[in-house]
Formats: sequence, C-alpha cells, structure tokens
Amino acid sequence: MKELSLNILDITENSVKAGATLTEISIIESGDTLTLTIKDDGCGMSDEVLKTVENPFYTTRTTRKVGLGIPLLKMAAEQTGGEVKIISSAAPDNHGTTVTAQFYKNHLDFTPLGDIKETVITLIQGHPDTDFLFIHQTDAGEVKLDTRELRVILEGVPLDTYEVIVWIKEYLNEQYQLLVNI
Amino acid sequence: MKSLAELQAIKDKMKDKVVIREGASSTRVVVGMATCGIAAGARPVLSAFVEAVNEGGLAQSVTVSQTGCVGLCQYEPIVEVYEAGKDKVTYVKMTADKAKEVVEKHLKGGKVVTEYTVANCE
Repeated sequence: MKELSLNILDITENSVKAGATLTEISIIESGDTLTLTIKDDGCGMSDEVLKTVENPFYTTRTTRKVGLGIPLLKMAAEQTGGEVKIISSAAPDNHGTTVTAQFYKNHLDFTPLGDIKETVITLIQGHPDTDFLFIHQTDAGEVKLDTRELRVILEGVPLDTYEVIVWIKEYLNEQYQLLVNI
Repeated sequence: MKSLAELQAIKDKMKDKVVIREGASSTRVVVGMATCGIAAGARPVLSAFVEAVNEGGLAQSVTVSQTGCVGLCQYEPIVEVYEAGKDKVTYVKMTADKAKEVVEKHLKGGKVVTEYTVANCE
C-alpha cells in the first residue's frame, strides 16, 4: 500500500463486513509515534481465526475477511519498528474487534498517512447505514467526525447523498486547515 | 466555516427527493474495493465515478457502489457496469481519468469504451 490511509480503508472494511454498527478509527500522533486504532462492535473472531489472521496464506471463502489486509498492515508497522495487536471476542461475548498498530514516523520505512480524508469519505459513501467515529489527534490539535451526530441532523436523508458527501469533504478539509494553521 | 446549519439546509432540500431516488436507478456502477482493489488504486477511481456521475447530472439514473474482490486481482482496479437489459461491462486497470471518460462516453453517450474492457486486456 502506498499510503497508510489505504491500509486503514482496507482494515475498516473488515469491521463493516463483521456487521459493525459503529466503527471507531483513531489516529494519535505524538512526537515520533503514530498509533492507529480501529475498534468495532461487529461479530468478532474466535481464538482459532484470530491466530490465523496474520498468516497471508490462510484464506477461505467462509472467512473472506482474512487475507492480505492484516499482514500488509503488520508489515507497514513492523518495518518502522512498531507492531500490530489484535483483540477480538466472538460469540457469546460479541465484543467486536480492536486492531491497534503502532508506527515510528521518523523511521526511513514509515509509509506516509496520505489522504485520510478520502478514506473517511469512501467508507461513508460505501456504507451509509453504519456509523463511523473518526478522530485524528496531532500535537497541533484534533479533527473529529461522528456520523451519528450527522445522522441526527439529517433525519433520514442518507449519508451517501452526494450533497452530504460534498459537505463532509469540505468540513474535513476545513478541520485539517485549522489544524495546520495553529 | 462549514456549519451544521448548512447540513440542516441540505437535509431540508433533499428530504423530498429521497423517495424519488429509491429504486429509480437503472444503471449500476460497481467498484471492487477489496485489499487487491484498494492497493491497485480503487479509491480515487471510486471517488472519480461518484463525482462525475453526480456533477454530470446522472444521479437519478446511475448508482455507484462498492464491492469486494471480483477475482481478477491482477486487473484491478476493476469496475463493473450493469445496465438494465444489457450485458455486464467489465472495465479493468482503471484510473480516475479513465473513470471520467467512461462516465462521459458510456454512461452519458451510451457507447462502451472497449479499449478499457477486460476483453481488450489480454
């Protein structure tokens, strides 16, 4: 993946496929470190599946979400000296899955975050019926978008309505400009 | 500054239109967004389709959606176009520019851009 934001898009698609009603994406940048957390309330994975998700050669039709996604994220993190941790709990607990990845930004092999705004837009456009909470914190401040808040205002108008998508795009652009200007 | 009041205004404007839009689309554009598609550049392709379809006034007749792996990973980004009463058209190795061209020539003009289809890619 050329951008970390593409890994984030890819991994978050797994959460949606797992039936998540809310997926939280948080990116915390502090000094030299970038910590990415993708937390969902989907169906979760059993211990057996959890053991295999890091293996790129394990994939079956019934567990289609298992493939190259996690191995690529793991590679991106580990090549900077960081790591990936996955906590998941399947039925009967159904606490969903939390993927945490740590990166060291000053490492030569750090993949740039890239266009994270496009990733957020793509997720909302593709999955207008599920909710996303996006938080990006840097030393300069915070950008936040919660689709649950937008949904309250929209009163049934779908989130993937083009005018809404354009509004979200401009909203995120402005939030990021404020972050840079501080 | 983008305000929530602006979003409120969008809601008021769209509220009546929602009913009309549902089920009215006769053409579906589907972009493969699995790991293979994303890694090959599907995100800007999807974004280009969404923009070109809506800015081009095709929102009433065309829906743009995402799907998983189509099974031809080496040809990603892959885009499938389903039109009522016609054979499915599969575009391969797509880019944002090719997407705009497909919207213009195929979705608007009714002429399949054969040079980008899977049949022409061997």
